[in-house]
Amino acid sequence: MHGGGARLTRAARVTLACAVCAAVACAASTPGGPGGLRGVEWGVLLPLAALYALCEYAPRCPLLGPRVPGNVGAFFPVLLTAAVLLPPAAAALTPVPGALVGRARAHHPVARRVWHAAQLALAAWAAARVHGALSGQLADGAPLAFPAALPPAVAAALTLCAVTTALDGCMLVAAERCPPRLAWRGQFARSAGPHLAHGLAGLMMAVLWRSPYGPVAALLVLLPMYICCWVFAQYHRERAAHRATVRALVQAVDIKDRYTRGHSERVGRASALIARELGMDEARTEALRFAGILHDVGKLGVPTRLLRKEGPLTAEERRVIQLHPEYGNEMVRGIGFLGEARAAILHHHERMDGTGYPYGLSGSEIPPFARVVAVADAFDAMTSTRSYSRARPVGAALVELDRCAGSQFDPDVVRALRRALDREGWSPAATADLTEALEGPYGGSGGVGGGVRAASEPVP
Amino acid sequence: MRHAVTLLYAAAAALCAVALCATLWRGLDEPGIAAAFGCVIAVGEFARVRLPEADGGSRTVGPLGIAGALGYALLGEAGGEPTSHGVLQTVAVTVVASLCGLAPHVARGQPPPVDHSVRAVLGVGFAATCFQPLYNSGWLAGAFAPGPGYVLCLLGITLLTGACDALLTAALSAARAGWPFGPLLRDELRARLGIVPAIAATGAVIALAVAVAGLWALPVFCVPLLLTQFSFRRYASVRATYRQTIASLARATEVAGHTPQGHARRVARLSRAVGRELGLREPELTVLEYAALMHDIGQLSLVDPVPGGATQPLAPQEQRRIALLGGAVVRQTGVAPEVAVVVERQADPYREQPVAARVIRVVNAYEDLLARRPAERSAAGFPGVAPALDRLREDTERDYEPRVVEALARVVHGG
Repeated sequence: MHGGGARLTRAARVTLACAVCAAVACAASTPGGPGGLRGVEWGVLLPLAALYALCEYAPRCPLLGPRVPGNVGAFFPVLLTAAVLLPPAAAALTPVPGALVGRARAHHPVARRVWHAAQLALAAWAAARVHGALSGQLADGAPLAFPAALPPAVAAALTLCAVTTALDGCMLVAAERCPPRLAWRGQFARSAGPHLAHGLAGLMMAVLWRSPYGPVAALLVLLPMYICCWVFAQYHRERAAHRATVRALVQAVDIKDRYTRGHSERVGRASALIARELGMDEARTEALRFAGILHDVGKLGVPTRLLRKEGPLTAEERRVIQLHPEYGNEMVRGIGFLGEARAAILHHHERMDGTGYPYGLSGSEIPPFARVVAVADAFDAMTSTRSYSRARPVGAALVELDRCAGSQFDPDVVRALRRALDREGWSPAATADLTEALEGPYGGSGGVGGGVRAASEPVP
Repeated sequence: MRHAVTLLYAAAAALCAVALCATLWRGLDEPGIAAAFGCVIAVGEFARVRLPEADGGSRTVGPLGIAGALGYALLGEAGGEPTSHGVLQTVAVTVVASLCGLAPHVARGQPPPVDHSVRAVLGVGFAATCFQPLYNSGWLAGAFAPGPGYVLCLLGITLLTGACDALLTAALSAARAGWPFGPLLRDELRARLGIVPAIAATGAVIALAVAVAGLWALPVFCVPLLLTQFSFRRYASVRATYRQTIASLARATEVAGHTPQGHARRVARLSRAVGRELGLREPELTVLEYAALMHDIGQLSLVDPVPGGATQPLAPQEQRRIALLGGAVVRQTGVAPEVAVVVERQADPYREQPVAARVIRVVNAYEDLLARRPAERSAAGFPGVAPALDRLREDTERDYEPRVVEALARVVHGG
């Protein structure tokens, strides 16, 4: 469902259908009798649903669109207000119109909207249920008093968060065949904070709604909360900005020399493989992926004629080419988020015995990132076709790496590469665009596809 | 104009002095409420976030502190009980709390945000003067018994305060830089279209929430806002990343030997000045600056660098190809698409170009003429600034827009 232009998988359709059925069942049920929505305060439900629809619709609206910060995600304070003020069945209805008119990504927009509506309806229903159970039977129109109103509201917010992330994970598994161990990792912890904040805001809205100042005062809560949502969405923009940086630098190298690009992508992929095998956490793996992709950015400083030269290089020409790590370091030194990756760009041609360049560092003096990128770089250089040499099979390349382990390469890194390749295989084909190389297979918008080549299979 | 700044500072200082003396003399009314609001303001000021600005400087933002102060200025009831703090106590509490919040930053060697504090004091004084007498005299309660009218009244006061604040900011920068007041005020108001209503609404909500639910409302409502203010650092980091990427790409052509050292930065600085002279607005100036920094990226595709980085001698198709490739790189950076368009359209005749591209073309050519070695320049017949400008004036048929050349002449001769 998040994938490219492919059809929805069967599992995704089944998940979608189940969610819709469950949501309909929730909206039709009322605890304490089959009364449906009888006795619900329509005066609360309709304005809240309209408000939520407005919040979702605003970024799509041609009149408001450009002025409204887009990409704020679902607008949870309104849902949590509904969970506090309304019975579960009514709370489940609140997000439905908004989710159906809201913005959706290009592929399968209808399915996405329906899924969004079902997911939010289920989450709101569960949150209202939890709130009702903890706060006792809140009589209609009774004022909410602090601090007693606080724990139920917090529980409702956490419930909303848990249900949405759980369902997100389900869809990721069903539609993208993402391994279950990756689907839920870190999701709840990441979104619990914002949901708690939204829960408190929703409570505040509910309190003001029931106060003598009425719904107008409650509406005012939305303005600061809209900014909050936008700010929380910056987490995604931050990652997007980092990827954009890497992409732009790669594109700059690409217009100079086409070969370097495919090589960079593959070295980035191999570096990330090794990083994961060495047990590095998500952030460092991402940094190493960047380091691998950018390791040759200094080639920008080498004259194009030299890069394209076929045949042996003179000593002078070799000296010029050997300046590229320093050029690379000079280029990216101002880019703060690259951090450790900059060391890899500067030192990826150092050798364990101290005979490399630019500084002749040896052994543990070489930064760990640089040792990983050195192995990934050599591996791809051997297994891909260059102007002056044909590609070698993966197995032969690994034998060669083993032979140079200790003198040129870090043996631990070489072993990690071998283990990773044994498990996951290696596909030397460059991806169509950088997206997948940058995000990894489960990064969110890259599809997973294409056969993975067996490690020993010869490269055409 | 200089004395406008002095006048505002003196007014703020006098207000502070009177407020502090009066409050010390009379003692605090409702000290618990004053302390609670003081905490919110101090924490909000402490958690200010530094944002990098387009012109290389930075400014700090801390909406929570201001919203807290506005809330205190507009506080009528607290948990159903009437309050009696007046205008002067409001100002005194705000001043003391902001000083407490800012003290750690100043102790660590950051410059104190004097302008910001002056504006905050005057703004809070204004809001409190609008509200407190109305409330304390009982008129407000009579006119709008607790209900929607009261809410709108509070919102109106806070919005008015925001507008006054924009006025003060524009007046301060107009007095400092000697630029005309009108366009600055327009830029300020436009830049605040999003944030002022949000701060105004927050201030009003704080006052109303405390009126309904007592002091409990402060932590419940302010903790989310504080978290938001902290995550605002992310936004700052996104902006920093864009700037760093652009700087790095601007360096790329120098590292590759396509352009002279510092060329991109000189063109960007001069383009900005010319753009301002032409009356471009701040967002347009930013697009202009970014495009100027990256205007030569496409030259990376040349197998052999053009001497001095001047692409004028190349065939038109070749120039267009370079411009398009450059635009493709710029598109990847994630900056506004307008920037990429400006870079792409560099090789077109100026009548078909966006204004920013015309400015960059002229400034770039001017830089190229001046960057040649003096001997070369006198041999070619333009030893100085005036002949270079004359040379540009000769070519206003296709390449250089006359209006831009004249703006450049004014900037060069003026500075």
